Amino acid sequence: MTPDTPLRDAAASAPMAPGAEIGAGTLPVPAPRPDANQSAELQLVDVNKIYQARTGPVEALKNINLTIGRGEFVSLVGRSGCGKTTLLRILSGLLPPTSGSVTANGESIWRGTRRDDQALKQFGFVFQEANLFPWFTIAENIALPLKLRGVAKKQRLARAEELCAQVGLTGFEGSYPRELSGGMRQRAAIARALSYNPSILLMDEPFGALDALTRDRMNLELQSIHAAAGATVVFVTHSIPEAVFLADRVVLLSPRPGRIRSVTSVPLARPRSLETESTPQFQDIVRELRRQLDEED
Amino acid sequence: MDREKLGRLLPWISTPIMLILFLGIWQFAVSVVGVSKFILPSPLAVGDRLVEMVGERSTWEHVRVTTTEVVLGFGIAVVVGTLLGAILGKIVWLERAVQPALVAFQVVPKVAFVPIFVIWFGFGMTSKIVLTVILAFFPIMLNVLLGVRSVDRGHRDVMRSLGSSRWATFRDLELPSTLPYIFAGAEVGIVFAVIGAIVGEYLGGSQGLGYLVVARLNSIDAAGLFAVIVLLALLGSLLFAIVTTLKRFVIPWHESVQSPAAA
Ligand SMILES: Nc1ncnc2c1ncn2[C@@H]1O[C@H](COP(=O)(O)OP(=O)(O)O)[C@@H](O)[C@H]1O
Ligand SMILES: [Mg+2]
Repeated sequence: MTPDTPLRDAAASAPMAPGAEIGAGTLPVPAPRPDANQSAELQLVDVNKIYQARTGPVEALKNINLTIGRGEFVSLVGRSGCGKTTLLRILSGLLPPTSGSVTANGESIWRGTRRDDQALKQFGFVFQEANLFPWFTIAENIALPLKLRGVAKKQRLARAEELCAQVGLTGFEGSYPRELSGGMRQRAAIARALSYNPSILLMDEPFGALDALTRDRMNLELQSIHAAAGATVVFVTHSIPEAVFLADRVVLLSPRPGRIRSVTSVPLARPRSLETESTPQFQDIVRELRRQLDEED
Repeated sequence: MDREKLGRLLPWISTPIMLILFLGIWQFAVSVVGVSKFILPSPLAVGDRLVEMVGERSTWEHVRVTTTEVVLGFGIAVVVGTLLGAILGKIVWLERAVQPALVAFQVVPKVAFVPIFVIWFGFGMTSKIVLTVILAFFPIMLNVLLGVRSVDRGHRDVMRSLGSSRWATFRDLELPSTLPYIFAGAEVGIVFAVIGAIVGEYLGGSQGLGYLVVARLNSIDAAGLFAVIVLLALLGSLLFAIVTTLKRFVIPWHESVQSPAAA
């Protein structure tokens, strides 16, 4: 298995639904963006988030300080309920922090409790569910962000077709989401987030609902997309091996209140293949993170 | 032939069989058991009478009146029901404020108001249209209210994360996700609209199929009475079919619409 053709290797080893998923020879690598090495930088300073729940205040995040470099791939791991989604929603401008500052490229994405829509234009968000609109075809779903940006129909659908090819959905442009498998829908959601070339990609357990084989393949694809697009990626997962496999740095969160337990660098060479997972270096990192997670009990 | 195909064909086979059985038992009850033809005319007699009536111009005039009442009343009900449902769905405190009034309105038998409508709006079409609107708009409004409230949170997050404007959110998310609820309400509403028009005609006026039922009753023309009921059933089915067909065209993506590929 050669490391630079991860997708085909994975596709060859993974059983697929007939006619579904990736066709042979599909290249999930998008064209590099011209400004690929100018990806934005994210910074969280003294971020706190307290939810006012019915049972009283919930301290979801406490004293979060984190700087994410341009083009960096950061994984957020932790048990469920430790505030990963909250952190990502704050980063993406979907949720205001109770206190603290969030900046992208040095510019605050919050003006008081109003978010700065201009700063947000550079964000792409992939949710835990694909969240495709059932009334739009796959192509229309992928092109939705372009529609909202006023791109003409012909151009945006051409772009959607291009993206379908990138994520292995060629031939499904005119299908409705309900006609696709979970994995295919998640690919479409990723394509939608990539449609406007965001420089920051925020992903909340995007492969959580997928089976292990599809998940492996999606991870390899995501790696290629990250490499080609040069975007900054913040990737939430509760799987430690997945976090380590993808990331330059793994941020471990611990719960109640949600805070940063540790930040671990992953100095493994890229591109990584499925075999990377059997190297001692990879396993050492995974073991150490598991140990830290277990200490919480 | 596989099971699935058979399952889909089944209604097309079973319905004619049931119809023939029904007519057979009916005919049997009349000609062998000997039920009085003033109580139960034979299906053949009803058929003859139906053909006769279809040939008369006045019958079509009655059909036209009832159809006009139903279509107008239903149309107004769709507009009013959708607007009110959307407003109440969006403004929570308003819905809470008018909730008791809505429940009261829902449980009062609206048909009891027909005499009042006749006093207010006369014996013509208007009083029937008013009753039709009142009966039909309620299920539509309730469905739309529910629909506006059930816009998927995840879908909202998508629009928010894309910095969507209010108008774009309405156009690309709120409207399409509410359409299935509008149609669900309309499918109930059209049935209620037909009931509203007929009951209105029963109770006052000199036009429409409802009036024709009463007129046949008064002239002890049982076969004619049954024939009018057949016409009403056909009219009701036709209008319902139109609404369902419209739904197929407007929301082909929805689960309640079987995709042509699967059919
Ligand atoms: N809208 C909310 N209202 C109240 N509490 C919330 C809300 N959202 C999340 N929480 C609480 O905040 C904590 C962190 O949640 P979340 O960020 O979803 O964690 P994770 O994504 O790591 O599973 C949990 O204890 C959760 O119960
Ligand atoms: Mg979560």
